[in-house]
Amino acid sequence: MPWVAGWATCSAGVDVATAQASAVQDLIDVFGRLPGIGPKSAQRIAYHLLKADAEESRRLAAAVVAAKERVGFCSRCFNLSETEICALCTDERRDTHVLCVVEEPRDVIAVERTREYKGRYHVLGGAIDHLQGVGPEQLKIRELLARVDAENITEVIICTNPNLEGEATALYLGRVLSVPGLTVSRIASGLPVGGDLEYADELTLGRALEGRRTVDHPAPAD
Amino acid sequence: MALYRDSAVVLRTYKLREADRIVVLMTRGHGKVRAVAKGVRKTGSKFGSRLEPGSAIAVQLYEGRGDLDGVSQTETTESHPLTRGDLSRMGHAAAILEAVDQVAQEGEPDVRLHDMLVGGLGVIERSNPPAVVAGFYLKLLGAEGVAPDLNSCSSCGESPDRLFWAPEVGALHCGSCGGGRPLSPETLTLARAVLGGGLNAVLDLPAGPVVHDLEDFASALLENHIERRLRAIRVLHDG
Repeated sequence: MPWVAGWATCSAGVDVATAQASAVQDLIDVFGRLPGIGPKSAQRIAYHLLKADAEESRRLAAAVVAAKERVGFCSRCFNLSETEICALCTDERRDTHVLCVVEEPRDVIAVERTREYKGRYHVLGGAIDHLQGVGPEQLKIRELLARVDAENITEVIICTNPNLEGEATALYLGRVLSVPGLTVSRIASGLPVGGDLEYADELTLGRALEGRRTVDHPAPAD
Repeated sequence: MALYRDSAVVLRTYKLREADRIVVLMTRGHGKVRAVAKGVRKTGSKFGSRLEPGSAIAVQLYEGRGDLDGVSQTETTESHPLTRGDLSRMGHAAAILEAVDQVAQEGEPDVRLHDMLVGGLGVIERSNPPAVVAGFYLKLLGAEGVAPDLNSCSSCGESPDRLFWAPEVGALHCGSCGGGRPLSPETLTLARAVLGGGLNAVLDLPAGPVVHDLEDFASALLENHIERRLRAIRVLHDG
């Protein structure tokens, strides 16, 4: 019980843990262990489920169990998949010679939402993080190198987060992927659309200036 | 909600909730401070890259109700652009950030430690010498008052020709008082130079087995002092 101990006794001196049925407390504890859910939210979700139809709880439990049983990792790109090879890897309409390298499966969704990219993916399963002790050997980098060879990849787009860990990973990949005939590119970084220039930090603004592009002049209308 | 301002270096960050981070700062006037930076992970965040590990910043914080304060405003004083574009520099910077994070105490101002860190990051940014991490670790142990006696056996006090050290023991021994790896005369000379005011000469040395040995020795001493394994230095060498 990671956080129950701290608030187990309310101001009136009543032991909250004993005032609640143990099954309810267990449910709150389980939700409280999920990322981003604090004690109050865990309690709210637990009470919501207890008030709702039994069918809703059954559906939730069944969905969790089914996802856990059916979903694994694609053996080629390491994205989440219900099959051995995921739908993105088997889609023949996609460019088979371009790979977009991302940190996590959720990044695949983010890139797909742009509708700008038509190649395939490779999910590393994290990023190099010196301070957490995560090195290249803990990521799917060996598998990436094998794919580049086996699948005749001509371009690798490194789409890791623009933070210190993502940059370290991009630099490492740039080093190990420097082979003739392979283009390795890094997604651009700069100002977010809709942002204000005056609030941009020096590094971001510097990168935006570094990656500037010429403005196309539209042809004058007749 | 009391506000306070300080100069700081970002030691590390942890993800918090949907888009926030807990940032650990080595401030000049307030010691190590843990604070929440709200919305920092969003692309449109006003903090941008200012709260990335290794950034030297001027920061305005507000006192929180619990252990965590909050970041209100930041301004970059040193962004270390070369360090962010070089894997070796990044590794060295991470190694010294981790060391300071382990040694610094929350709520105990330590101007010297802050300034040492700023200096170390500056050296990495400018020239990234191979011995920078070893030099920093030994200086850090010296500042903490736990640098080993490099001239005599810590058990019997004799000054033998050869001294030995074992990673699990944070001191040097003569051959009859304790086993371990013999410390080469070259490594011993460099360690003495670092602690005796000759750091700049050591930083001028090129990479090589002696500098590597010095780093191993300094890391083992620091690990012994903080009673845990250092992570960044291992990733640096494995990568």
